[in-house]
Amino acid sequence: MKMIKNAAGRMVGEEINGQEAVPFKGVGKHRPSGRKYAPPLATCIDYPGDNNKVVASLREALERCGLRDGMTVSTHHHLRDGDLVNNRIFDIAAEMGVKDLVWLPSASFPCNEPVIKYLEDGTINRIEGSMNGPLGRFVSEGRMKGMAVLRSHGGRVQAIQDGEVKIDIAVITAPAADFFGNAKGTGGPSATGVLGYAKADYLYADRVIIVTDNLIDLPCFPMEIEGNYVDCVVVVDKLGIPEKIVSGTTQITRSPDRLLIAELTALFLEKSGLLHDGATMQAGAGGTSLAIAVFVHEMLKQKGWKLSFGFGGSTKYMVKMMEEGQMGYILDAQAFDLDAVRSVEENPNHIPYSVFNAYNYHSKGNLTTMMDIMILGATEIDTEFNGNVVTHSDGLLLHGIGGWQNCLHARNVILPVPLFRDRIPVIVDQVTTLCGPGELIDVIITERGIAINPRRQDLLDSVRGKGLPLVTVQELKEMAEKICGKPEKAAFDDRVVAAIKWVDGTVIDSVRKVRS
Amino acid sequence: MEMKQAVTGNTGPKVRSDIEVTLELRASGGVELEIRSKVKTMYGNAIEKQCRDLLEYFGIANARLKVDDSGALPFVIAARVEAAVRALGLRSSAFLPEMIEENGYTSEKGRFRFSRLYLPGNNPGMFLNAGLHSPDGVILDLEDSVAPERKDEARILVRNALRAVNFYGAERMIRINQGERGLEDLEYLIPHNVHLVLIPKCEGRETVMKIDERINKIREREEIGRPVFLMPIIESATGVERAFEIATASPSVVALAIGLEDYTADLGVQRTKEGLESLYARNRLVVAAKATGIQPIDSVFSDVADMEGLLDNVLRSKAMGFEGMGCIHPRQIPVIRKGFSPEPEETEKAKKIVLAFREAQKRGLGVVALGSKMIDPPVVARAEKTIALAVRLGLLPDGWEEQEPKE
Repeated sequence: MKMIKNAAGRMVGEEINGQEAVPFKGVGKHRPSGRKYAPPLATCIDYPGDNNKVVASLREALERCGLRDGMTVSTHHHLRDGDLVNNRIFDIAAEMGVKDLVWLPSASFPCNEPVIKYLEDGTINRIEGSMNGPLGRFVSEGRMKGMAVLRSHGGRVQAIQDGEVKIDIAVITAPAADFFGNAKGTGGPSATGVLGYAKADYLYADRVIIVTDNLIDLPCFPMEIEGNYVDCVVVVDKLGIPEKIVSGTTQITRSPDRLLIAELTALFLEKSGLLHDGATMQAGAGGTSLAIAVFVHEMLKQKGWKLSFGFGGSTKYMVKMMEEGQMGYILDAQAFDLDAVRSVEENPNHIPYSVFNAYNYHSKGNLTTMMDIMILGATEIDTEFNGNVVTHSDGLLLHGIGGWQNCLHARNVILPVPLFRDRIPVIVDQVTTLCGPGELIDVIITERGIAINPRRQDLLDSVRGKGLPLVTVQELKEMAEKICGKPEKAAFDDRVVAAIKWVDGTVIDSVRKVRS
Repeated sequence: MEMKQAVTGNTGPKVRSDIEVTLELRASGGVELEIRSKVKTMYGNAIEKQCRDLLEYFGIANARLKVDDSGALPFVIAARVEAAVRALGLRSSAFLPEMIEENGYTSEKGRFRFSRLYLPGNNPGMFLNAGLHSPDGVILDLEDSVAPERKDEARILVRNALRAVNFYGAERMIRINQGERGLEDLEYLIPHNVHLVLIPKCEGRETVMKIDERINKIREREEIGRPVFLMPIIESATGVERAFEIATASPSVVALAIGLEDYTADLGVQRTKEGLESLYARNRLVVAAKATGIQPIDSVFSDVADMEGLLDNVLRSKAMGFEGMGCIHPRQIPVIRKGFSPEPEETEKAKKIVLAFREAQKRGLGVVALGSKMIDPPVVARAEKTIALAVRLGLLPDGWEEQEPKE
């Protein structure tokens, strides 16, 4: 495969799995052309009678939808690590003798490890989506037949909308559905709260299958998925393992070192003036982010301020902020814990909001650019402020991009990270894999100092002389190396095992097979 | 028979920043290295080179060395290998990591000791960020937090930590073992800029004097000019009854601490949050310390999840006259610091009293009055102390008198 250097100086292939690919051109440089992709026209002629779409089994549904070699099957990840359905699709495909499928999940989890056997026996050609844990390792070792394509949540819906990926069959697990195929995330034994990751799939797929363990009377209201787009409805005993779908309770970190970073982050938000009455904020569900949310909540209460809205993944800490009056609305693509699920059901200000509306870069604006404060993580950040979230310093692909790239478009992007994990520096001279360009990353907050991107003179001015431990990113790197020693780089073979897409569909970097 | 294989350090799924070293001496065949490491890609070569250099330093030409590494830093690797060499009974000089320049600072007798953070001496992962939490002191503990069979390797690890780990300005304290082993601990550690030694289960002046004497011998030998302070911990009924003689045993004693777990066990009673059972002991210790002009320091509060309980405890402690408390979790540090700091109202009141006193002095008046209230000299003295504390904590600026509105 011919490799060329993209605008970020990274070597990327001119094609991915036989399809032409556009190299990254720079932030905001690639203009798409043409029209959106559209699925084929359907007709009521094919859906006669009482419109009861319930079929006997998932196999029957897949057969009716014409599952065959080379098709692309999409799924969402709202059942997270408790998912009991997605692996079943490929069990059935293997039973049917179908080969070379492309799996397009919105994310995969450790519970999806069993699909490795279908990657090995040729049932699945490749996965295009986030790769966690065992699947990532499998790909890094060069054992997957096709090339993995990693996209952000927004990049995935952009690719679907633009027709870069054509979904033949979308299998959508839904905690509640009616016989017509209207579906939602609340109610039933497998409630996920919202189904924010399934929207592009059902709008653009040729065929749509709803799988539920909670068939209710029509109308299933408020419907997040409209039955007019649905081919079949399958009723199963159990969609997932409830305690693995949503945690009973998400926990803030107990690590004193992470709490220190969280405290410093909250202090930075206060001193810089980024936190103010009416601000908008997004923080993830990781232990450190939750701790930041708790510290910020305290500050808001003390000052009598209110955030205008927050964007989920929602947790009980965000819900508490809203219920106690320090946040106006929660716009939510996924609910992480039971309190968040309850809140979606009860509180009209807790609004399901799909990633399609929040993150899609090929649309007329999106939510991320409206966020004042964005808290994100990274496995590595380099002295140019470039970030990596997919590989570790040993070169292994171990995480998906999630919404990370999309969120970089917020007004102020802040990465609270430890300076090193065990002996492994997080601040390095060059990231192993480039996922986000440094021009979009504004602040790095570590336990040993805060580095502000020199491009953000305004932020530097806002906190100078206010007692914060300000350092340069170069100094952070040197501190890490002084403590840990200078790390050697991972060694790779030439073979590219994964392409990393940017939010506009261009290729920002490649992941190579690790040398064994 | 001589032991031929030694195992030191730690490994396992929950272990971080440590390494397990297995060393087996051989008669011939050179050095055989087996390295397993979580960070092999980045540091495999560095670990191998360090291991070879260490064996050469210790004069070992034929051996099998197996390491199981969970991201240990070089000072930890050096300590674990040295401990294995010593466990095999080989006499050799210590391998000292470089003393980092940040670690040259000194302490002083009267510095604050509000919070002192205990760090188990054989857990290197807890050392690295301890100073970042801004405790007044860090205690590298060789006593109760280290299992008896790990005592030897812990003191080598602590010695290396005193040289290689930046404690960011915290007073560098060690808690030694009781008896003869404690005196040996001093030999290992005093040369590496120890500021203060905690003496566990202290029951009389002889113990203090013996330790002081040994320290002074080491200081003379190593030509150490700076002082090494002592903080005896009183943990028994006998210790309590002898608090004053312990406090006055040496001018190096700068503080007297109480250990309530052992004390209540000695009394055969339960330790409660209210602490009525130890009221006498704590009172007596405070009085002994104040009579000697040193700091009385309270016991640790062991429920790390109960921050409100901790704050109550600190406020009670402060009310009794204590000037500090031990901590076993970094999150306790800010609570303790806040508790021992003067409240804003307390500072305000003290300011008024001190200003009134100075005004009276200027006018040559024998009696100080604030409004219609007469103020006794001890009240003035206490206010002066509060002001001094507030200034040192940065709660009041130097020269605060100038900034006060003139009446």
